[in-house]
Amino acid sequence: MTEPVTTGTQVPTGTANKVFPPLDPTTLAPQLVWLTITFVALYFLLKKIAIPRIGGVIEERQNRIQRDIDAAEKLKDEVDTAMKAYEKSLADARSNATAIARTNHDKLTAETDRERAAVEAATNKKLADAEARIAETKQKALASVGEIASEIAGPVIKQLTGKDVSADEVKRALNPGAGE
Amino acid sequence: MPDPIHQFEVKRLFPLEIFGVDATFTNSALFMVVGVILSFGLLMYASRGRSLVPNRMQSIAESLYEFVAGMVRDSMGEQGMKFFPLIFTFFMFILTLNMVGMVPGFFTVTSQIWVTAALALLVFVIVIVVGFAKNGLGFLRLFVPEGVPIYVLPLVSLIEVISFFSRPLSHSLRLFANMLAGHITLKVFAGFIIMLLGAGGAASALAPLPLLAVLGITALEFLVAFLQAYVFTMLTCMYLNDALHPGH
Repeated sequence: MTEPVTTGTQVPTGTANKVFPPLDPTTLAPQLVWLTITFVALYFLLKKIAIPRIGGVIEERQNRIQRDIDAAEKLKDEVDTAMKAYEKSLADARSNATAIARTNHDKLTAETDRERAAVEAATNKKLADAEARIAETKQKALASVGEIASEIAGPVIKQLTGKDVSADEVKRALNPGAGE
Repeated sequence: MPDPIHQFEVKRLFPLEIFGVDATFTNSALFMVVGVILSFGLLMYASRGRSLVPNRMQSIAESLYEFVAGMVRDSMGEQGMKFFPLIFTFFMFILTLNMVGMVPGFFTVTSQIWVTAALALLVFVIVIVVGFAKNGLGFLRLFVPEGVPIYVLPLVSLIEVISFFSRPLSHSLRLFANMLAGHITLKVFAGFIIMLLGAGGAASALAPLPLLAVLGITALEFLVAFLQAYVFTMLTCMYLNDALHPGH
């Protein structure tokens, strides 16, 4: 891109063979020298001063945030521990209460059982005694039934047949196996 | 009509020679110095409070820092952070010079092909040096993509080599052409306003049209100024990533 390209719309300035300024080779050396100087200067200014400063602030902020998060996490852990301890003591208290209730219950049950057993034993004994007495009375009564029968049999036979039967005969007749 | 190319002329302010090299202090050099002072000064001014809760200025400085740091981390990973000062310098240098160039009457350093070419070549040389220093001859794997059938490999490698060596060209021309074209367009449209007003009559009534165009293009150029700084930096990151991981 040299002069002919750009002359279409501009007023001739007198320097007819002027090159397109951004491509002018005569400006190469001075621009390169100063580009080197300024670029290297900016590089070291940024690297040594600006970047550590801005980066430091950003890093410090991140550290601060991290510290706060860490502190929050530590507090949360403490809360968790306290919560666990509380839950554990609650569970302990609950199981203690259950144990106490059970022992009391067991003791009372045992006492009741013992008393009931004693009462039952006494009652059973009385019952057995009563039963023995009844059996004895019954035995006696049954034994008397035979005597009464033989006593009544003689007169009954005398009335019916007119025969006088001795008591022994009646007895033998009523109790066939007894005489032998 | 004012010459739209005039604004790119490098004017010699005072002659200087260093070791026989022409080191004349030009308006280009002046604005490079201005750019360095501005970018460094603003970063330092913005971060002067070093407060935990940043104010508006400090937020801007931190955003620029985090923006470039994010770019470096995303493209190169955590090990790329040792190039962060260099990448950040590229970004701040180009962004500041692009923005300074937006001030009417100020010289746009990044519209000089020698400047953008030098920056792109610097990236190119750094990539080659870092690539060989890190990987030895393994850096040449960059030209041998994996999973390519052997019979097309020579062709693919040739294309890779050509694309590698054309990087500094596209890298520098992109920034240069964008800045150049934008500033020429602005100047041409601004020239239309004067021409229409000068013509008088019905033509003068049309003068607001190019004025509106200049407004729109100015906004667009601010976007381009930022975008080209970003693109240049992003490409630098990607090229450096090739130097670090040539196998990918």
